[in-house]
Amino acid sequence: MKPPAFEYFAARSLDEALAALAEGGEDAKPIAGGQSLVPALNMRLVRPTRLVDIGRAGLNGIVRENGCLRVGATTTQRTLERSDDCPPLVRQALSHIGHVGTRNRGTVGGSIAHADGAAELCLCLVALGGTVVTDRREIPARAFFVTHYTTVLAAGELVTATLWPDRDQPAVFEELALRAGDYALSMVAVSGATVTVGAVTERPTVLGEVGDLLAGEPASEELAREAGALAASLVDPPGHAHASPAYLKHLTGVLVERALRKAWSSS
Amino acid sequence: MELELTVNGRRVREAVEPRLLLSDFLRHRLGLTGTHVGCEHGVCGACTVRIDGAAVRSCLVFAIQTQGCEVRTVEALAAGRPLSPLQEAFRRHHALQCGFCTSGILMAAEELLERGRPSRDEIVDLLSGHLCRCTGYEPIVDAIEEVAGA
Repeated sequence: MKPPAFEYFAARSLDEALAALAEGGEDAKPIAGGQSLVPALNMRLVRPTRLVDIGRAGLNGIVRENGCLRVGATTTQRTLERSDDCPPLVRQALSHIGHVGTRNRGTVGGSIAHADGAAELCLCLVALGGTVVTDRREIPARAFFVTHYTTVLAAGELVTATLWPDRDQPAVFEELALRAGDYALSMVAVSGATVTVGAVTERPTVLGEVGDLLAGEPASEELAREAGALAASLVDPPGHAHASPAYLKHLTGVLVERALRKAWSSS
Repeated sequence: MELELTVNGRRVREAVEPRLLLSDFLRHRLGLTGTHVGCEHGVCGACTVRIDGAAVRSCLVFAIQTQGCEVRTVEALAAGRPLSPLQEAFRRHHALQCGFCTSGILMAAEELLERGRPSRDEIVDLLSGHLCRCTGYEPIVDAIEEVAGA
């Protein structure tokens, strides 16, 4: 469980980071908090030849601007969690990400760029209709994630910040994991009438048909059940050792129902 | 690469390979074997130390990333006394059996206690990140709760 050898470069600015990444070619990887990358290195699942540490490249910080929260890429999950400006949906989701010890070091931008299909922050950014900012462009979160661990980022392109739009609708996050801090079996974010699911899909997915069902309808127990059943029918998870496809579909429906009830009771 | 940092109040300067984990640096280079190594992928929490105050898993940090940082390990807790109040509480409550997970829990609990007065639920949530295979969690919660209420 020791990582393979690599070259290490500590970037002190964005320009230095980009230059070091470009020079390192396709086998160079940025490292921020390292809470996903270092386990993968320790298990030798990845073998980058160069790590460019962007932890001190001036990419951290939270600022409020133009109706959204701009969160620098290397802002830790813990810093966001403890910020008064943290969007309510994100605050709920953050408590499920790993443990305090990993959130103390894991970064917001790192989680987004890593694009695990079961990552809470990726789900929230899609649910809130946020934006990924890189060194060269702004990408709507809904067009950013491709599949597990895959995004539209080009070689050498670096996530520098994420934008989290202010939403005044009630927002609820729900997930079920086998143990606290583990990857969720299924997770759901409800923001207004937008229902987004993750972990049972290869990337965070807005269930448009559920949104259509909910739009303009008065809240009711039947509507929650109907929306849950519809959500369950729309996902097609492959299943794994801990849960069958049928169970994961059912679970997703239950989480949608639960999230809607919570959202409605808080509005 | 040349690494300079402060460990338990002492300036340390060492040449390290970039891939050297902080956990191995502390144990093998500095002889601070109070920091334990369990899973080496961030799950068990045994290797928790504090970097600039934040309790983190030292198996998920490269030593070279702590350039200029202040690292605190379990060896610093007692600081001249026989035991710190938290360690005393662990002893009183029999909050350790084999002791493998203890140093990591102490470092994480120290951070939690500095932030305010945690509820029992918050203590339990913190401990979800620390695997105790003796499964003696109740006395651990009791010990931390006692110090929180003191």
